Amino acid sequence: MRIVHALTRKPWTTAQGIIDNHYPGDAFQRPKGKLGLRFLIAVISIVFFLLVIAYGERMTVVDWRPAPPRGVLWLNTVWLILSSIGLQWARMGVRNDRIDRVSVGLVVGGIFAIAFLTGQFLAWRQLDSLPAFGISNPAIAFFYLITMAHALHMVGGLVAWIRTMEKVWRGYGVARIRQSVELCTTYWHFLLVIWLVLFGLLFSGNSQLEFLLKICGLK
Amino acid sequence: MADVGTVGLEQVPPAEVEEMELFHPKSFATKYIWSQDAKIIAVQYAGTAVAIGMVGLVLSWLMRLQLGFPEIFSFISAKDYYQFITMHGMIMVIYLLTALFLGGFGNYLIPLMVGARDMVFPYVNMLSYWIFLLAVLVLIASWFVPGGPTGAGWTLYPPQAILSGTPGSSTGIVLMLISLALFIVGFTMGGLNYVVTVLQARTRGMTMMRLPLTVWGIFVATILALLAFPALFVGAVMMTLDKMLGTSFFMPAIVEMGQQLTYRGGSPLLFQHLFWFFGHPEVYIVALPAFGIVSDLISTHARRNIFGYRLMVWAIVVIGGLSFIVWAHHMYVSGMNPYFGFFFATTTLIIAVPTAIKVYNWVLTLWKGNIQLTIPMMFAIAFIVTFVNGGITGLFLGNVIVDVPLSDTMFVVAHFHMVMGVAPILVIFGAIYHWFPLMTGRMLHTGLGKFHFWVTFLGAYLIYFPMHYLGFLGVPRRYYELKDTSFVPASAADLNAFITVAALIVGFAQIVFIINIFWSAYKGKPSEKNPWKAASLEWQTPGLPPGHGNWGKELPVVYRWAYDYGVPGAKDDFIPQNVAPEQVEMDNDRKETATT
Repeated sequence: MRIVHALTRKPWTTAQGIIDNHYPGDAFQRPKGKLGLRFLIAVISIVFFLLVIAYGERMTVVDWRPAPPRGVLWLNTVWLILSSIGLQWARMGVRNDRIDRVSVGLVVGGIFAIAFLTGQFLAWRQLDSLPAFGISNPAIAFFYLITMAHALHMVGGLVAWIRTMEKVWRGYGVARIRQSVELCTTYWHFLLVIWLVLFGLLFSGNSQLEFLLKICGLK
Repeated sequence: MADVGTVGLEQVPPAEVEEMELFHPKSFATKYIWSQDAKIIAVQYAGTAVAIGMVGLVLSWLMRLQLGFPEIFSFISAKDYYQFITMHGMIMVIYLLTALFLGGFGNYLIPLMVGARDMVFPYVNMLSYWIFLLAVLVLIASWFVPGGPTGAGWTLYPPQAILSGTPGSSTGIVLMLISLALFIVGFTMGGLNYVVTVLQARTRGMTMMRLPLTVWGIFVATILALLAFPALFVGAVMMTLDKMLGTSFFMPAIVEMGQQLTYRGGSPLLFQHLFWFFGHPEVYIVALPAFGIVSDLISTHARRNIFGYRLMVWAIVVIGGLSFIVWAHHMYVSGMNPYFGFFFATTTLIIAVPTAIKVYNWVLTLWKGNIQLTIPMMFAIAFIVTFVNGGITGLFLGNVIVDVPLSDTMFVVAHFHMVMGVAPILVIFGAIYHWFPLMTGRMLHTGLGKFHFWVTFLGAYLIYFPMHYLGFLGVPRRYYELKDTSFVPASAADLNAFITVAALIVGFAQIVFIINIFWSAYKGKPSEKNPWKAASLEWQTPGLPPGHGNWGKELPVVYRWAYDYGVPGAKDDFIPQNVAPEQVEMDNDRKETATT
């Protein structure tokens, strides 16, 4: 509603002019990185949303055969949850001005993120070794596409994580690494949520998703 | 009109806006090549976009030569023709218009108009340009690979886009898709900058509702692009995998040259949905900045405050929102459910309402204005006329029952060239004539400008009016050659020849424009500081052109909206945004409060 309220103002009137003259200017008083990340998350969300829609649409075709469940993905999910918890620990560290907690949280978060990516790689290798499920199988193709897209975003997150670790390594104080840790943590949580949605989607049979497809008008 | 009195001014705190950390270049390379200054990046974006746009222009000449004089130019084969139409369309829509409006004007004007020193993420902004350049180079590279660039049409519809009967289906299509993906990555970097700069880097007093409509147009268009480009990105990646790895995202079971391919079960329609989910907002990604810029041109050169500023802002926002629910009007002939078509026809007609509001407001701004027929103003007025023409034929095509017989005819080509080709280009020209003095400190040559305007404006109508008629006759688009076609009269060939001659003349006028740009940049008449007496902030910088950091030692403070023209009681017929109420010179030496 704030947006609607803002758009109803009359900037040409005297009264509004007096109010507007008090507007302090937003120049860098709010964390610009935070807003930038929010927009980036919105863009990435749309990418995955469209992939999910495409996946749902393809599921409705009669020749659909779901990808076989991979046990390693359950383990990967646990790694990603632990990674997110690690980053959250680091975030609590910067909020409590505890650089030791920040370091531990970042290291734990990074190690489990790498474990997640390694596990994803294993899952791709496992699928690749199943002759009955070649790339021409739509479910397998979607599996590779969606999980690799997620993994690439994770790799991007790790680049930011490495830069944050570098700052910690160089002995920067909490104040100087606060924003980096906050942004990394938000991004990690976002990727966890995306993964949970994708994980549920990739290994749900047609019957479980029947309702979802119906309300989307796809079936 | 804003307050010119001093009521409440004593309560205004001094300007204490926190400064951003600017990157200070120390060498020629970091100042002009690897620059992080938005103004330099804007010029880089614009230069690259115009350069590739000239390639697109030449391609259009070659197409017209073939259509106008078939069987004369033997060097243009059918394969070449399809490659020309594909590359022309994609270059003009994506690499010229989108890049120029957002990367060019967005980078140059946003920081200046909001009172910032630069974009909020200058390094990312620099990367944005270099990735855009890489995208352009990849696109150009497709001319030099076996088979040449793709000839699938700018919509790149599968399955034909990657089947061997289509020109460039071996490597050209892959390079096109990679180029598009790169463009989108680069744009996303720039787009985040534009949006966050508008939201977070405005100077003291610059509320959102004091922003010039140019910034509003670019801001909303950027949000549209950030939300719409992912659809093209997803489509490009999936089609690349279909081509390279043999997946079947878009490819159905199909026989090619008598051979059953391994594809099965893919949905070509899914690609169409993804493409047009991007494709229709793309129209407004181009149109909204044009709307914003033309509003500012009209207001400044008619010496009148913009009529219905709030409605103009609302219209930009509403058009932006509606543009996401009209995409399937491009797919009426795809076999969709008639109810689906009815829905999209309805939303298409609804979007005409805020668009019409904008047109009325432009006309009402001109009404009783002190119209200065400067070249920017001539282009702005030409835009209104052209946009109305193109918009009305859009209403034809928005209706299913009219669209179906006109689908894939030259009528469609004429429509979209008028509404999103000629109309935005006219705004671009107007904007360049308007802001050239700001960028270079010199004026463009007026005589050459008038020549450029009249040939371009009249010539565009000589090209596209007859083209509508060809469409009504049933002349199909994307045909290399008609030869003896029973339903097309022979006179259509004469009309095609006429259009070709007009297109070549209009093209020649653009060369005159380019010459004017280069000549005036070095030899043009030096400009005074604010030659158009504009009220918006970009003209109030200490230096002309604005220096590094834009604002000298102190950021400006804004006291009014961007349209204070013809304020009653004021000595001048405009009051710049950063002039405090007590500094306004009154005609009768009395400080009065004048409001509307």
